[in-house]
Amino acid sequence: MKYLYLIFSGLKRKKLRTGLTILSIMVAFILFGYLTAIRQAFDAGVEVAGADRLIVRHKVSLIQLLPQNYETKIERIDGVDNATHSTWFGGIYQEPRNFFAQMAIVPEELFDMFPEYVVSDEHKAAWLETRSGVLVGRGLVERFGWKLGDRIPINATIWGKKDGGRTWEFDLVAIYEGIEKGTDTSQFFFRYDFFDETRAGGTGQVGWYSVRVSDPDKATEVAAAIDAEFANSAQETKSEAEGAFVQGFANQIGNIGFIIMSIMSAVFFTILLVAGNTMAYTVRERTNELAVLKAIGFTDRGVLGLILSESMALTFVGGAMGLGLAWLLVSMGDPTGGSFPVFYLPTRQLFVGFVLIVAMAFVAGIIPALQAKKLQIADALRR
Amino acid sequence: MTEFLMNHMMVKVRGVDKIFKRGSEVIHVLGGLDLSIPKGEFLALMGPSGSGKSTLLNLIGGLDRPSEGTLEIGGKRIDRLSERKLAAWRARHVGLVFQFYNLMPVLSAQKNVELPLLLTKLSRAERKKRAAIALDIVGLSHRAGHYPRQLSGGEQQRTGIARAIVTDPTLLLCDEPTGDLDRKSGDEILDLLQALNKEQGKTIIMVTHDIHAAARASRTLYLNKGQLSTEAVD
Repeated sequence: MKYLYLIFSGLKRKKLRTGLTILSIMVAFILFGYLTAIRQAFDAGVEVAGADRLIVRHKVSLIQLLPQNYETKIERIDGVDNATHSTWFGGIYQEPRNFFAQMAIVPEELFDMFPEYVVSDEHKAAWLETRSGVLVGRGLVERFGWKLGDRIPINATIWGKKDGGRTWEFDLVAIYEGIEKGTDTSQFFFRYDFFDETRAGGTGQVGWYSVRVSDPDKATEVAAAIDAEFANSAQETKSEAEGAFVQGFANQIGNIGFIIMSIMSAVFFTILLVAGNTMAYTVRERTNELAVLKAIGFTDRGVLGLILSESMALTFVGGAMGLGLAWLLVSMGDPTGGSFPVFYLPTRQLFVGFVLIVAMAFVAGIIPALQAKKLQIADALRR
Repeated sequence: MTEFLMNHMMVKVRGVDKIFKRGSEVIHVLGGLDLSIPKGEFLALMGPSGSGKSTLLNLIGGLDRPSEGTLEIGGKRIDRLSERKLAAWRARHVGLVFQFYNLMPVLSAQKNVELPLLLTKLSRAERKKRAAIALDIVGLSHRAGHYPRQLSGGEQQRTGIARAIVTDPTLLLCDEPTGDLDRKSGDEILDLLQALNKEQGKTIIMVTHDIHAAARASRTLYLNKGQLSTEAVD
């Protein structure tokens, strides 16, 4: 602690250079925080995907439908606990940019299959009593300022109604919360029975099945058994782990994790050079002063520690400011206006950020610090 | 009598060689040098440039190591100490005064003087108090909060001396302490060194080119081609 003023006095020597270096480091860590939140948004579904859940879809593509009666056949297969189906609605609320997921599901089965959606008994009962009722995530409710009792019109892009209309009206009767911060609370679930009776075509058809297996270690065998069950039928299936399914969905727009990691690596490498350069100059300009410190009794290790501490102070000030600003920016919410239902900077990523700060401080400072350590007093005083 | 003197020697240099290598060239700066300095002496060391004055001072101060020979300072063989122990010994027993002051430009005079005390276990308040006393001794209490750039050359050197004496060392090594000062400021510094020698009993070794400065010392030795003598060699 008593060396603190000595550490910071080294950085105050060239205020502009130190300031610019801190600014560069800060920008790097803002990028780190923000891009991490974006990657998190893409990975959220994968991370919360149940290890014991499979997705069974049409073998050709996700938009091909499967018969509703597959459910009982799937549930008869060894290793399957239960199954439920979902059907993509793909409607528009007011205007196309207000995108969010809408799905027709079976309410009772939904709660069994997805315990991550937390709904009060009162809301569950209200939904089971209301055929046109809808269960909406807290995030979506807050996004559009909805409240219980609201009637929400959705214009269909796929599913016309039997009466020829394309506007479906749903009653907001239930709201779900996420069991954890990473749970997607931007979804809009309505009842399949209401949907199936009202739609003009596709009766008895569903989008895909979610299947819970009794032993996650045997998920691959169960998936193979399901696909074998429907092999050579008119609607063959493709079954896979829920995590792989969600990842595949995200990968349709590219390997986001790889792209983000590449950007961050380039940024950090550049900033490392900037910080390393600053530290190298700091030591080179102070050869004489460092020699004096040694002359008055500082040990070689003491001087090494001093330079590494300066590097740490420089990187920590910039890095902490960057992480703080990134956290603030991310807290302001999804920058896409709805495409990232889960958008936050997880605590463990903040921790990773601080580990990066320490690593950057060490790498940027170690060579100049070793040079300072090796400095011969008599030689340096002669310079 | 001889035994009495030997027991009261602050510095005993015996058979010291110092060799520098510059590429394939080997330079003998000091050769088989012997020197004894009693406690409380104010010794001036003169000689032409490159004669080895500063090298000898560095060896006595533990800033460099001899190629051959022994160095006993205050009864301790310093040529055998490890780097860490030598640094601790310097911090405790040696005060250094440099020609160009070598103050930290970003620290106030007070903080510069406090620097050697950082290596002690003294509290912050105690460090501050001792630095204030050292500044008072050199007559700079009123400039404690000033930065080196705000001080004259003489004031900077006095700050350097305060830094050198703040740990109350027994040995003060001064490398051309007046070399960068005008006559008046130089005289003030020499007055101060003399006072430290006479009133506080500090043993002082001063390297200088200035015959007037050397005249303030109690003894003057001349170094030429790595050898000491009591008389200047042309």
